Amino acid sequence: MRRLCKGNVAVIKGAILAGCRAFYGYPITPASEITEAAALYLPQVGGTFLQAESEVAAINMVYGAAAAGVRVMSASSGPGLSLMQEGISYLAGAELPCVIVDVMRGGPGLGNIAPEQSDYFATVKGGGHGNYRNFVLAPASVQEMAELTMLAFELADKYRNPAIVLADGFVGQMMESLDLEFREAIVPEKPWSVKGTPETRQNLVSSIYLEPDDLEQHQRRMEAKYIRAQQSETLFEQYETDDAELLLVGFGIVSRVLRSAVEQARKQGWKVGLFRPITLWPYPSKELASIVAGAESVLVVELSNGQMLEDVQLAVGSNKPVAFYGRVGGNVPSVEEILEQIEKQMSVRV
Amino acid sequence: MDTVMEGEALEMADETTSSPTEQHAGSNGYEVVHSKSPVFYDIYERKSELKHQTHYCPGCGHGVAHKLIAEAIEDLGLQDKTIFVSPVGCSVFAYYYFDVGNVQVAHGRAPAAATGLKRACPEKLVLAYQGDGDLAAIGTAEIIHAANRGEKITVFFVNNAIYGMTGGQMAPTTLVGQKSTTSPWGRRPANEGFPLHMSELLSTLEAPVYIERVALSDNKNIMRARRAIRKALENQRDNLGFSFVEILSPCPTIWGKDPVDARRWVAEQMIPSFPLNVFRDRKLELPPDSAPPQRPVSEVLEIRKEGVRGLSAPHPHGFEQLAIKLAGFGGQGVLLLGQLLAEMGMREGLEVSWLPSYGPEMRSGSAHCHVCLSTQRIGSPLVSRPQVLVAMSEIALRKFAPQVAPEGLILYSGDKLPEDLALPTANVISVPASRIADKLGSAKATNIVMLGAMLAETNCLTRESALKVLEAKVKDCALLEIDRLALAAGWEFVNHQAYAGAVAQADGFAY
Ligand SMILES: Cc1ncc(C[n+]2csc(CCOP(=O)(O)OP(=O)(O)O)c2C)c(N)n1
Ligand code: SF4
Repeated sequence: MRRLCKGNVAVIKGAILAGCRAFYGYPITPASEITEAAALYLPQVGGTFLQAESEVAAINMVYGAAAAGVRVMSASSGPGLSLMQEGISYLAGAELPCVIVDVMRGGPGLGNIAPEQSDYFATVKGGGHGNYRNFVLAPASVQEMAELTMLAFELADKYRNPAIVLADGFVGQMMESLDLEFREAIVPEKPWSVKGTPETRQNLVSSIYLEPDDLEQHQRRMEAKYIRAQQSETLFEQYETDDAELLLVGFGIVSRVLRSAVEQARKQGWKVGLFRPITLWPYPSKELASIVAGAESVLVVELSNGQMLEDVQLAVGSNKPVAFYGRVGGNVPSVEEILEQIEKQMSVRV
Repeated sequence: MDTVMEGEALEMADETTSSPTEQHAGSNGYEVVHSKSPVFYDIYERKSELKHQTHYCPGCGHGVAHKLIAEAIEDLGLQDKTIFVSPVGCSVFAYYYFDVGNVQVAHGRAPAAATGLKRACPEKLVLAYQGDGDLAAIGTAEIIHAANRGEKITVFFVNNAIYGMTGGQMAPTTLVGQKSTTSPWGRRPANEGFPLHMSELLSTLEAPVYIERVALSDNKNIMRARRAIRKALENQRDNLGFSFVEILSPCPTIWGKDPVDARRWVAEQMIPSFPLNVFRDRKLELPPDSAPPQRPVSEVLEIRKEGVRGLSAPHPHGFEQLAIKLAGFGGQGVLLLGQLLAEMGMREGLEVSWLPSYGPEMRSGSAHCHVCLSTQRIGSPLVSRPQVLVAMSEIALRKFAPQVAPEGLILYSGDKLPEDLALPTANVISVPASRIADKLGSAKATNIVMLGAMLAETNCLTRESALKVLEAKVKDCALLEIDRLALAAGWEFVNHQAYAGAVAQADGFAY
């Protein structure tokens, strides 16, 4: 059944459907509606909601709840994400599943609250200390805010690893129709958790491996699961790529603008297509490489000064030109602006 | 692990600390008992070497505190229910010893992690064990807030006036004048302030039920510590609330003393600065709780099976995509008007998007939103070239009119267009919406007058779906009646009074 819903609220609807029963968070624009929706809905379905004293506390409450085996999440924006990074590293090190939503805003520092995509490095490349990865999923619509949150819980449990839903101020704040179907969530058994029961008494949740050989072995195991994820969990979307000479690449809200631009460019006879990664980690590099094979050049558009760009360059290699167009500060390019960039690229080639 | 030294075994019992079940009465009532609580592992398999002894230094208070805690868990029969949260500090490896569920957490965050655990397992016994750097420095916020929320956990705070694990730096509890590697001239209150009294600090809060400071200085005080630890665990077993035991504890290695002198130092130097006391021991009185209702998930999330009923005959939309911008200032219902349009569009089977301005921009007074209605999947929800602009203020009109697409429509809520305004080749209609709404009895209905006008002019969505959505959204009957009239009035105004489709003239005349 379709309902008009805000992206941030859809996150919590998806989370509850996925069996999430605990939320610990701290308010920050433009993510606060997630925390507010959690406060409203979770206690009514027997879940726990708590507004923590800080994001530092929130992520460690998440750590505790995850250790006990419940599906748990938090949500924030840039400054809060920065504060959570130590905790996320601990979660990854202790192999605890959880979901964190980052509704990106302008940075660095307090920056502003308008949309940016400048937390790509902080989430996709790490952010906290040590060798670890986060799953990073990038929704571009209200429907996906719910669906990718649900998927994030599944991936987190499957791989025992934090999963981040990387949205931006616009996707979080906008309303679209949301179509969710009720089904009972299937939360897997977690025999490794610590629940204060005779069966779990011997369990230990910890990120400590004191001996270098032990820590190396632990990291090798983590690495192996990351390789498995890279082989089987990538998601992407393509639009009008079959005969595209110029391939646009963008994620999240930018991919929506690019889609409109492709539509209009096609009307003008320009052969332009769109590649939109949905998983930013694992990055759909192979898929991008094969799609780009038919194109002549690539234009990456981001609300940053070129963070995902590096992954595109790696995937595409050096034999095709990769151009970049970025807006920052909370500015989102208009379709007309992208069309100008497309025109520029097409004329460069001619 | 700079200071980890040869450990003393946990069974190196102090004669006064063995559990009663193991006691054999002697002439003085106690005898030395070399046995280990079954709450400790027999062999410390999680250690990489020296699996028969602890990593603590000889005479370290942590060993004694561990033993008292293990015995209390044993005596209360809580071993299977216990979750031990270990900190970062010399006791980081508490999980080597305690045969209970173990969770090792980040430096200072034990009360937060314990909160998450306890809320997930409310029937279980969750205890956090922390040093003075962990609890009183880096984790100050977490302990204060866990205590203030009255988390039903037990916190053991081992205060040894120094950072043990990292090799003897100053702690928040380091005594005035006490030397450390980071207070080489002795702690100088002029530079680093005075020792922090956590028990006293937490005693200012409402929620904690039990706060006591004890010391591992001599047998008599160790017996008091034993009672306090037991009581703090009993409180949690009985679901009473937040319990906190501060344990003044010797760190012979860093203090550079032998174990006997270190205990004496606790008695002679620490206790005068940190007086032993029961700071709090009472039942918690809570005001009546307004517990949220419990409802099925599908109901809470409003995802009942049956769909929103659309209109019986689908409205023939005369567009593939309609991009609308609505702008004005806060309080005029601009954002709401956009939501109504999106909701109507959705009910008429269209794809819709609504994107607001948000945050401080709204605080400064102006508000706008973008609405897209489409028969196909919507690309950009950002409206940079609106086909329809609804401007509810002159500022909004001036700001957004230049963006309007050629042949687009501008609906301006005002009596008359500003004379100096150069407009694009758009159709412009001025609607005296606020005067109309005032006459109907509520200025709040101005946005609905504009909705009626817009529907009359564009025919993009139907009046029936507008009425349906208003009925669903407006709960106040009187206001709903005014909204109905406002919708009709806006409609009538455009159809009968306005020069519909009038192109703006130099004098701004539009109706
Ligand atoms: C974020 C972070 N900062 C610093 C450290 C280094 N560190 C480990 S233990 C510790 C102090 C421990 O002192 P205390 O809590 O008094 O425990 P003790 O060793 O005396 O029992 C510090 C600063 C760390 N592990 N994590
Ligand atoms: S607290 Fe002091 S005595 Fe105890 S283990 Fe640490 S350094 Fe050694």
